[in-house]
Amino acid sequence: MEDTKIGGPSGKFPATRWSAIVAARSTDAAERTRGLETVVEAYWKPIYKYVRIRWNKSNEDAKDLTQEFFSRLIEKNYLGDFDPSKARLRTFLRVCVDHFLGNEAKAATRLKRGDAAQHISLDFDAAEAELRRASQPLGGGVIGGSPESMDDFLEKEFLRSLFGLSLESLQRFCETHGKQTHFRLFEIHDIENSDVKPPTYADLAAQFGIATTDVTNYLAFARREFRRISLEKLREMTGSEDEFRREARALLGVSPE
Amino acid sequence: MSWLSVDAILRLQTASALPDLSATRYRIVERIASGGMGTVYLAEDSALGRRVALKILDVPEASGELAARLLREAKILARLEHPGIVPVHDAGTLADGRVFYAMKLVEGRRLDRLVSSGESLPHRLRLFQRICDAVAFAHARKILHRDLKPENIMLGSFGEVLVMDWGIAKSLRAGGGFDTATRPNEAGHAHEKSDPAITAHGAILGTPGYMSPEQARGEVGSLDERSDVYSLGAILQYLLEPGASSAAGPRPLAAIARKAMASNPADRYTSAAELGLDVARYLDGLPVSAYPENIYRRATRWAARYRVAIVLVLTYLIFRTLLLFWFRR
Repeated sequence: MEDTKIGGPSGKFPATRWSAIVAARSTDAAERTRGLETVVEAYWKPIYKYVRIRWNKSNEDAKDLTQEFFSRLIEKNYLGDFDPSKARLRTFLRVCVDHFLGNEAKAATRLKRGDAAQHISLDFDAAEAELRRASQPLGGGVIGGSPESMDDFLEKEFLRSLFGLSLESLQRFCETHGKQTHFRLFEIHDIENSDVKPPTYADLAAQFGIATTDVTNYLAFARREFRRISLEKLREMTGSEDEFRREARALLGVSPE
Repeated sequence: MSWLSVDAILRLQTASALPDLSATRYRIVERIASGGMGTVYLAEDSALGRRVALKILDVPEASGELAARLLREAKILARLEHPGIVPVHDAGTLADGRVFYAMKLVEGRRLDRLVSSGESLPHRLRLFQRICDAVAFAHARKILHRDLKPENIMLGSFGEVLVMDWGIAKSLRAGGGFDTATRPNEAGHAHEKSDPAITAHGAILGTPGYMSPEQARGEVGSLDERSDVYSLGAILQYLLEPGASSAAGPRPLAAIARKAMASNPADRYTSAAELGLDVARYLDGLPVSAYPENIYRRATRWAARYRVAIVLVLTYLIFRTLLLFWFRR
């Protein structure tokens, strides 16, 4: 079985990229692969968790079904049917997954047959660990939830996935540019202590042996870059400028009142 | 990748949303409101030690259309120095690439929230006159607002009436075209494309119910002051009776609103000033141009206007008559 490495760190992040949705439908094979990799990278975890929770599948079944779904997404070019003017990519993928799992019997048969689909390398153990850490226990009222609640679930998981990928990119970016302190400050102040009162800038300055104004500037830099990277990644995940703006405002929590 | 808790996601959301003011004289205090184009923050101007409102674009866009529109709005506001129009202090681009402008912080309430608080009709009409004054001033400077509605009128704590949100305003030149910020292209067909009231995808911006029929039809190249007069008529109708689908309230006022909102621009008031004047005439008990009077209506209005004098005269006559009868007995 051929292993297609998807979702691994690429170590680079161009300033501007074409939408992955557009790329995934390109006639150019390399561009299409790049587009599909980007979509899979951002969506496999939310989809895996969705299959586990919405469809109440066991760990092993969910792994197989998620693998099979993304293999088919690539082989059958599902994204060729996606119209950004009609739906969000997230909603489109959810409908595709529901349709795919609706024919679970057939899918299971195919899995048992072990067809020649290319195998995608995904870190399911990490996704499973995340599910265990989530405050919402499996089966705790989400199973069989309304389409709206599942859309909400997918949206939150997509946000978690997008921010996680953005953090990885930011870390690589900071390491490449010798700004490890910037990233570490960002991590300590904005992420690691998010459920408690974060340390003061003066505390951080003392801890890192730098001036308080440096902490202010370093954090501003890291936040600015994090925002840039997140929006760049989001732009890749959307098929049109309108969709990007809608998604970006939801991502930033600044939707019109 | 480490797992992100809900709290961490919320904090990252906030960190990503907050504008980077590190290279400016402003410090964010709190978010005031979000609109279609950007978010307005309450900020501290550290150089002058005063509070201002910062309007900042939320999200970058490939076309630069919204950034251009925000800067254009700031330039238009800078041209409109009037007590009824919010003054702009500063404009520029932040370190994170977001375009912003700083304006006077207006503390008060929106017109739509005032009406529901039960203010008297004469008070509402006097506010309306001041809205007309501000719009008339903008028209004199060849600027059309094009999105006049109660939500875009702020009432300050000290009686100020301010017309806000000039994001899709149109600048008229002698030929009826756009100013240099939205100059037509060589082919001469770019009025509509470069017009801030039309998005890159051809959607018409404005507010249904307050937008003139010609604006709703996308005839942006031929709009003139009478398009704003229509919106003012809709605001008047709202002030007379919020939620009414047609002009309600006293007949002369309903007639004024109907005339301002005529489908054909030629049938409307020719200017905001003329509309404001008709409302002033109503408040003074004078005949209004939109409401032809017969003798009965004229007498009724005359009686209403001079009711105090009439009551005094009648009282005097009654007492005089009573005194005459008393002394003849």
